[in-house]
Amino acid sequence: MAAISETISTNRERLSQLKTMVSEPFVMVPILGWFFGALVAVLLEQFIGLSLARAVGLARIPALFGVVIALEKPVLIPSVILYDLLIYVLPIALVARLTASPSNWVADRLFNFRSWVSVLLHIALMYLILHIWTDVSDYRLLVARLILVAVIITLSLNVINGYMGEFSCSHPGFIALGAYGASVFTVGLFVNDNILGSALLPETLGRFMFPIGLILGGVIASLGAILVAIPSFNTRGDYLAIISLAFMFMVKSLFENLEVVGGPRGLGGQPDWAGLPTVFIWTILGVWIMNNFVRSTLGKALNAVRDGETAADAMTVNTRRTKFTAFLFGAFWAGVAGGLFAHVIRYVNPGTFGLQMLAEVLAMVYFGGLNSVQGSIVGALSINLLGEALRPLDIYKWLVIPLLLIVVMITRPTGLLSFTEFDFTKTIKPKQNPEGEV
Amino acid sequence: MEFFLQMVVNALQLGSFYALIALGYSMVYGVLLLFNFAHGDVFMVGAYIGFFIATALLALFAFTSLVLPGWLVLVLTILAAMFVTSFVGITIERIGYRPLRNAPRASAAITGLMIGIILETGNLALLGAERFAFPSLIETATYQIGGVLITNKKIMIVLVALLLMLALHQFVQRTKWGMAMRATAYDFVVVPLMGVPLNNIAALTFALGAGLAAAAGVLFSLAYPVLDPYMGITFGWKAFVAAILGGRGSILGAAIAGFMLGFIEIFVAAFFPSTLRDLIAYSIILVILVFRPHGLFGEAYTAQLRL
Repeated sequence: MAAISETISTNRERLSQLKTMVSEPFVMVPILGWFFGALVAVLLEQFIGLSLARAVGLARIPALFGVVIALEKPVLIPSVILYDLLIYVLPIALVARLTASPSNWVADRLFNFRSWVSVLLHIALMYLILHIWTDVSDYRLLVARLILVAVIITLSLNVINGYMGEFSCSHPGFIALGAYGASVFTVGLFVNDNILGSALLPETLGRFMFPIGLILGGVIASLGAILVAIPSFNTRGDYLAIISLAFMFMVKSLFENLEVVGGPRGLGGQPDWAGLPTVFIWTILGVWIMNNFVRSTLGKALNAVRDGETAADAMTVNTRRTKFTAFLFGAFWAGVAGGLFAHVIRYVNPGTFGLQMLAEVLAMVYFGGLNSVQGSIVGALSINLLGEALRPLDIYKWLVIPLLLIVVMITRPTGLLSFTEFDFTKTIKPKQNPEGEV
Repeated sequence: MEFFLQMVVNALQLGSFYALIALGYSMVYGVLLLFNFAHGDVFMVGAYIGFFIATALLALFAFTSLVLPGWLVLVLTILAAMFVTSFVGITIERIGYRPLRNAPRASAAITGLMIGIILETGNLALLGAERFAFPSLIETATYQIGGVLITNKKIMIVLVALLLMLALHQFVQRTKWGMAMRATAYDFVVVPLMGVPLNNIAALTFALGAGLAAAAGVLFSLAYPVLDPYMGITFGWKAFVAAILGGRGSILGAAIAGFMLGFIEIFVAAFFPSTLRDLIAYSIILVILVFRPHGLFGEAYTAQLRL
């Protein structure tokens, strides 16, 4: 028995030694350095990806790091690993390590010049990497856009479920309201459609009006959220869960019965306006605004309401106003995300916004972590990527993902990265001063 | 009038299913303050287990050329399915709920949801997408009483459901285990200190709920003899709504609310287009909950957070 525990502890020591060995050279690398590495990697893939893929025996560039190929044809696993190593791991690690001191210098200069310039530059670099990465295949582009939309959805649900601590199940309803609101706006005004009639305004104008459509969708979702927010004044926990669930079913049922927007057949033909730049800008905007919201006084009031409503009330927190604002705010962004979702898929039908979607968004929030912006991003990213990458497993995918989630819940009941505060300007700080200090 | 009575008969049948499933939700909630979100899928599993048991029994009787009346086979099937499915309930408690008893409540809700998905997909993966037809164990006989058509199956479903509810009531009120369950529901922090084994009580609660869901599953397949891996989802969520409507942990409330939900759905579908059924049914529930936030029979309790 003692021998076993000794082996375990030595193994653990070895593991932590290995961890420090791997991570030590990269401690000094700032985010900018990683971005440079990623940029080199995606450029490398753009130029020599196809020939390298052919050289290692793959028919085309693996879309999602080759997981799909590896699952479909296990023979190709070594070539997939070789490809990932040569295109992603090695260039990113090498460039990040080698440019550590120059990128630290650049990050330092930028940071001391104007921090917002630095932030904008980082975001632009992020977009550039994403753009080049998704340029390789349309499938990648679709997945990337869906993940970005999922980030907004997850974060907006986290505002209600994580920061305010309610168990709200109404999110698919909010998303549906936003999706239909924005779709009716764009399809009705700018597209010749056999459900909503011919276009009233020229389509070129529509591109500029698209944000208005999205905001309209968000506002409609907020108006719907009033139906959930008002009962939340007196009810909490499970009764609110049921009210929000009833709301979700009602919205779904409503759209199934509204023949004006296609009824159960759904509404299609949304113009292709939600390209990568649009979705990316909206995601950045959403994350920025929601992050500021949860870090503001109002956001702290949300936490107070969660941790003890009576105590918060005694400490002069206006609990009603707080709950109302949080619900409407979360619903607004869910609606915006719904509008984007409808224009990415270019088709909506009421069946999409059902229990399946509820399970997915809840999984993303609780997997990533409650009360955390990073957690929401990680959750949306990992659940969506897993969902796409495990596609060849067919229905077994829905055994693997729930099992993974159960394991995460048992080991870390509040999710992977819960209860953190996200500060982008701190994240992009240089890791080392030019003088060499840390 | 005949039409009305006919609707009442249909509503009683539908309400029996809702009530039986809602009891499982309500009991678990009463004891642990957690909802077993996999419960709808336990209903589905119960129906499948009932299917296999019924098929096996029929095959056995055909092999041994033993002739048993159909109703006896049905009773045996229900009892055996309840017994086997109760172990599914115990397993769910052991895997998904016991490790999370002190975690935020939402986490347990997520594990419950995920176990539900695993049960659905596992079923689909094991048995394929083929739909099974439940063997008809008893001949359908139709009686006409004053213009109202009543089948013997409907009578049987409602009677068995009421009998099971009565049995549960007796168990909870009269036995020592039932007393332990009630005590735990009263306070599950202090009562275990008095020597009541919380883990066993929780497992028992899950087992009882799963058994009732299995009975509902077999009875449901008697009325609608097509089995489908996803049949538990809508039923489960609606029964969950009924459990909430009945009030926190109230067994009587869950039973009454189950029948009420059946009545609401049937009558809405009778007078409005059937596509509006869910919309109107949920609107009614929403209104009830706004005026009685703790459900019909639930006690008002101060919001106590365990997050």
